[in-house]
Amino acid sequence: MMLTPQDLILLALCIPLLTAFAIFFTNPWPNVREGFTLVGSVLLFFTVAALTPHILAGERPTLALAEILPGLEISFTVEPLGMIFALVAATLWPINSLYSIGYMRANNEHKQTRFYIFFAIALSSVMGIAFAGNLLSLFVFYEVLTLSTYPLVTHAGHEKARNAGRVYLGILISTSIGLLLPAVIWVWYVSGTTDFTPGGILEGHISGPLLTLLAALFVFGIGKAAVMPTHRWLPAAMVAPTPVSALLHAVAVVKAGVFSVVKVVAYIFGLDLLKTAPGIEWLLYIACFTVVVASIIALQQDNLKKRLAYSTISQLSYVVMGALILAPLSLIGASLHIAVHAFGKITLFFAAGSIYTASKKTNISQLAGIGRRMPWTMTAFTIGAISMIALPPAAGFLSKWYLLLGASQEQQYIAMGVIVLSTLLNAAYFVPVIYSAFLKPEDPNQLIEHKRDHKESPLPMVIALTMTAAATILLFLFPGLVYELAQAVGVPVS
Amino acid sequence: MINEHLPALQVVVPLLAAPICFLILNNRLSWLFASLVSWLCFAMAILLVMEVKDGAVLHYEFGGWAPPWGIEYSVDVLNAYVLLIVSGIAAVVFPYSWTSIQKEIPESHHRIYFTAMMLCLAGLLGMTITGDAFNLFVLLEISSLSSYTLISLGRDRRALTASFQYLIMGTIGATFILIGVGLLYALTGTLNMADLASKIPALEGSRTLQAAFAFLVVGFGLKLAMFPLHLWLPNAYAFAPSAVSAFIGSTATKVAIYALLRFLYTVFGADFSFNFMQVQWLLMPLAVASILFASMVAMFQDGIKRLLAYSSVAQIGYMLLGISLVNITGLTGTLLHLFNHALMKGGLFLTLGAIAYRVGDTRVKSIAGLGQAMPFTMGAFVVGALSLIGVPLTVGFISKWYLILATLEKGYWPLTVLIIISSLMAVVYTWRIIETAYFQERPANAPEVKEAPLSLLIPAWTLIAANLYFGINSRLSTDLATGAAKMLFGGSLL
Repeated sequence: MMLTPQDLILLALCIPLLTAFAIFFTNPWPNVREGFTLVGSVLLFFTVAALTPHILAGERPTLALAEILPGLEISFTVEPLGMIFALVAATLWPINSLYSIGYMRANNEHKQTRFYIFFAIALSSVMGIAFAGNLLSLFVFYEVLTLSTYPLVTHAGHEKARNAGRVYLGILISTSIGLLLPAVIWVWYVSGTTDFTPGGILEGHISGPLLTLLAALFVFGIGKAAVMPTHRWLPAAMVAPTPVSALLHAVAVVKAGVFSVVKVVAYIFGLDLLKTAPGIEWLLYIACFTVVVASIIALQQDNLKKRLAYSTISQLSYVVMGALILAPLSLIGASLHIAVHAFGKITLFFAAGSIYTASKKTNISQLAGIGRRMPWTMTAFTIGAISMIALPPAAGFLSKWYLLLGASQEQQYIAMGVIVLSTLLNAAYFVPVIYSAFLKPEDPNQLIEHKRDHKESPLPMVIALTMTAAATILLFLFPGLVYELAQAVGVPVS
Repeated sequence: MINEHLPALQVVVPLLAAPICFLILNNRLSWLFASLVSWLCFAMAILLVMEVKDGAVLHYEFGGWAPPWGIEYSVDVLNAYVLLIVSGIAAVVFPYSWTSIQKEIPESHHRIYFTAMMLCLAGLLGMTITGDAFNLFVLLEISSLSSYTLISLGRDRRALTASFQYLIMGTIGATFILIGVGLLYALTGTLNMADLASKIPALEGSRTLQAAFAFLVVGFGLKLAMFPLHLWLPNAYAFAPSAVSAFIGSTATKVAIYALLRFLYTVFGADFSFNFMQVQWLLMPLAVASILFASMVAMFQDGIKRLLAYSSVAQIGYMLLGISLVNITGLTGTLLHLFNHALMKGGLFLTLGAIAYRVGDTRVKSIAGLGQAMPFTMGAFVVGALSLIGVPLTVGFISKWYLILATLEKGYWPLTVLIIISSLMAVVYTWRIIETAYFQERPANAPEVKEAPLSLLIPAWTLIAANLYFGINSRLSTDLATGAAKMLFGGSLL
């Protein structure tokens, strides 16, 4: 039986949902329940992987689901950028599930069934975002993703988690309803369509300062991209269990944000039209500002997950920069960075969770000498950190290379300067962690009571973080597939 | 054969059924009979919609007396649409009533309840279908008097004052309407709406006509709870029995808006109402005030029913806003919101009824922890709340989409901002409830709570599911609303 690309799209949306149902009904048997999570996530990976050759061959399969209003559909079209995003999420979900099982059990978390259900729903909405064929569909699944991750952020249920949940929802909902939705309606109003089309749909419909305003509505309305000042939800979300921070708040949710920005720039505005917008470079400068300031804040964080969160904010703005430099080369860089950062950052979060599970340590100042107790974890951490700093042989190097090329082509010297400066800052906040973990002697006072003689964390977690670390290096050595997809972003199919 | 008499039967059947409800001495039989009649009414409304949806107009002469002497019922797509809303809500609320009133109304009053509900239904359907201005007043009084009775049945003693307050305000409103109709009769010698419509253009400039217009607008303004004439509404909804709040809350104000539209567009004509009297400049500021003021007050309510009542005032503001924009898109938005708001508020009040049935009261603090104890009830509430906010895939999104488009068409972008701000305010006031239900524990000394019985859950979920269905496939409501809006403007675009 041959599945058409349309079937595969539908499957990619439905597999996580069916997984959620299966998890709901197997609540009393945790082993069966986790089995379903693993099987569902692997199936999703194969589904998305099976879709890839079609896209590489130049097909753009389309699937219309429902017509909400006359001419306004929930529909899906797979194009290279969405393919990259879906591939990244679908590759990391099985690994993350493995990690979750180890983490949730070792830490005796409560309400695990609810956790896995909403995780699966979130993945389904990620697929919806990746494959969205028009702005409305994108907006719908964007909101579903916000709502389905809310119970994960507030998972602990205590006062602090509830407050974090309020910040999370408050910022994401208010930016999306307050800015993104009007932008979507505006696009529909002036052009009569919201379909993603290579080269954009706004040519001839809107120009001048209004164009800049519309772009600003998108950049700030997509709060998930965490461009300052809409970034506060991300550090708040760190209260969630680490697997959530790892897959959702380093990969799925935040990438959904920057993915949407790139998609809007490439498929709604078009690079050429956006170049004519007066003052558009100020949006670029805000992204540059975010890169630098978030890195500086990261330097001051002692809590490991908080430091990683601010590092994420800064790395996300690379992608936004890549889109707003408005050069085809930087667009490739932005698309690559979506994939590259995902693998590096999830490794770092896995390591943070692994440290917490094994030793209950959460702060960087407690980590002296931990490298000798947890060599696998800290080696993986090192590889992730190298990728963030963008040194070979880690994949982070690739995307920064294209970002720099694009910036120099467009003579955006500020952007170039920021990329170089932030590389230094990245080194400044990651190298000390690695240094103290491996080279400093252990301080017995920093050991947490009943975890005095801890070793590595449970095996599933170690396997997971080793896999992502390996992938970070492999992606540098064999970037062919992602690169080929990234090159085709925003280019019409001949 | 019977089809010919459908317009009359639509009103006569519930009107005759009302005394029968009282004469059936067995409460349960009385309920079964009333439910059956409500379904019959719904079926008739569906038949009527099918006959007129393509623009046909049905005329029915009561007792064979030709208009303008006899009473004429005329059904076009607008009143068929409102009939569908009213009878549809009735068909859900009547079956729901039995279980709900067991705890809220003493048994001796059950038959009074069904009789009054039936009279109220007959009055509302009659107001909607009649083509005679005086007949409209009579039926308005029938529905109003029965709703005063219904509200006073609430078990809280304050229901009596609420009912009395409504009685006073409602009577003033009805009197204004009567004076308006009387002035029109004095001017033209006719009470038939079509006949009035043909005679009024010749009278333009007449002071009496202007006075009649003013009396009618204020009179209906009172009945539909236009700010600042809304003061009767919060108490009435808060203290009435749950089923009554659901029924009146989702139908009575809608029918008053219908009547206002009928007078503005059909009787006086769009040209007189909007070009000569400039009534939109009265409606717009009041709509803005009610949206902002009522949303703000709703944020600070402790009782959920009162909170929803204030939210209703805000939603009525949306409907008036749509009218005041004086374009087809805006009017379509208003008409859609009649339908959509009936679904969302009906669903929410029915859900609250289920909570009241199990918990006893519906203050925000008394629903703590119900997320676990009553998952299906609270699930319904969450969906209803999302619809109230206007999240895509719910009906709330459909009406907001049209309203926002209408403001953009007019270029009134501050109103766009207003709609968005008030949506965010809706997030605030609904999320407070949801957070309490899901993230606060039930007080230790509180009695055990079970999930609501199916006899409450099924009707509540029917309306909630309709919120989703018509949010995804809005063809029925948008077609009817667009058709009705175009018919009201009648080609004479302003």
